Amino acid sequence: MSDELNQRIIKVIADTQHIPVETVKLDSTFAELNIDSLDGINILFALENEFNISVPDEAAKEIRSVRDAVEGVTKLVEGGTGGASSEPVHAS
Amino acid sequence: MRQRVVVTGLGVVCALGHDTACFWESLRAGHSGIEPIEGVDRTQLRFQNGAEVRGFDSSRYFEQKDIDLLDRFAQFCVVSAREAVADAGLEFTPELRERTGIVTGSCVGGQATEDEGFVSLYRRNNPRGNPLTIPRVMNNAGASRISQEFGIVGPAWTVSTACSSSNHAIGQAFRMVRDGDVEVAVAGGSEAIFSMGFLKSWEAMRVVSPDTCRPFSKDRRGLILGEGGACLILETLERARARGAKIHAEMVGFGMSADAHHITQPLSGGAARAMRLAIADGGIQPEQIGYINAHGTGTTANDATETAAIRAVFGKHADRLAVSSTKSMHGHALGAAGAIEAVATILGLEYGLLPPTANYNEPDPACDLDVIPNQARAAEMECALSNSFAFGGLNAVLALRRWV
Repeated sequence: MSDELNQRIIKVIADTQHIPVETVKLDSTFAELNIDSLDGINILFALENEFNISVPDEAAKEIRSVRDAVEGVTKLVEGGTGGASSEPVHAS
Repeated sequence: MRQRVVVTGLGVVCALGHDTACFWESLRAGHSGIEPIEGVDRTQLRFQNGAEVRGFDSSRYFEQKDIDLLDRFAQFCVVSAREAVADAGLEFTPELRERTGIVTGSCVGGQATEDEGFVSLYRRNNPRGNPLTIPRVMNNAGASRISQEFGIVGPAWTVSTACSSSNHAIGQAFRMVRDGDVEVAVAGGSEAIFSMGFLKSWEAMRVVSPDTCRPFSKDRRGLILGEGGACLILETLERARARGAKIHAEMVGFGMSADAHHITQPLSGGAARAMRLAIADGGIQPEQIGYINAHGTGTTANDATETAAIRAVFGKHADRLAVSSTKSMHGHALGAAGAIEAVATILGLEYGLLPPTANYNEPDPACDLDVIPNQARAAEMECALSNSFAFGGLNAVLALRRWV
């Protein structure tokens, strides 16, 4: 996982939650960040748009921390269902 | 003076059939109406199955001009109301028309019509909107049409509280009849949710099962979306007796509450309070309840929370009552769910046969109730509850008594 990718993912999480990006650490759990189940699926929606990937429901259930999100997205991006360099699907 | 309220007519259209007889046959047999989705292109969806009303031919029920005016959701509402009125044997005199009310429920009304409008406007760049969009989309389209068709001029309105919509509607109608505001009420609700736009929104919620709906089963993987409509005729006992009407059941109580908690996560305290209030409103004791038609969506959260709520309300009696989720067969018809399930509950009391929870595989310690797995059960219950708990934490519970 690249630092640049990590930072992009962290920024998406921070933006979606409307919290300062520096409060989101790689080791933060969603619970620590007050991210509940609805926030979680909203973050996945934002990540899917940002990286043009599709996160399966079963994998989504396992994402409970920033690191889980980073690892999950990295796997999908490297697996070729999307591309780290590809343009976001939506501008916002 | 408070009136006793009885149910004298039933009508339903859902994945299990286009009338009450077919619906009951499927419930008795534990048949599921969950199938691969046909109404929209399912290859574009992560989930594949739904509980659609198959083979519904609008032209059997409506003139083409009416079909132009009525979204599928409103058609379901009207078709089920017609069946309920016919079942009750109601003859609308000018006096009765003034003394009859209508309350319907729908979560998203004519959203499929709206979806088509958006496709036309944004994708096909057609700058002209369809002038019939507004009357088709409005949530009260079914109630209005029922009023026109039968000439009913009493109080009529529509309730929208997501998955509790039609339980709230029936409860309001029940109280109107009980309080003597009207003598008769047509009460129920309808929903038609199979549009690409709406299904995509559900897909994003990640609560729809990839296979089927298995309420209370340890391997449950989410809800299955359904559609349909159902209506009850509620009538004062006095009037029903005077005209020698057939009585399906007595409606004795209604309870409602709000969780004040979370927009999607349920809270057992709110659900428990609505059940307690329905029981108290009915002047009955918890021990008289023998059956609960659960909200039972088949999601991890709902079924465990509902189990906790039932245990909180009934204590030891929770081990003696039977609970099933008929959503395992007709899917989750959102704003129509309460009405469809009220019909299931009433028929269960009437025929002394409790509909099962279909697709059930294995016990879950978090849902340790007698959920009538897979096979209907003969049992003459005195009273029953029918639960609806909505997103947004709005709860509505009906209490019914077997008519003997």
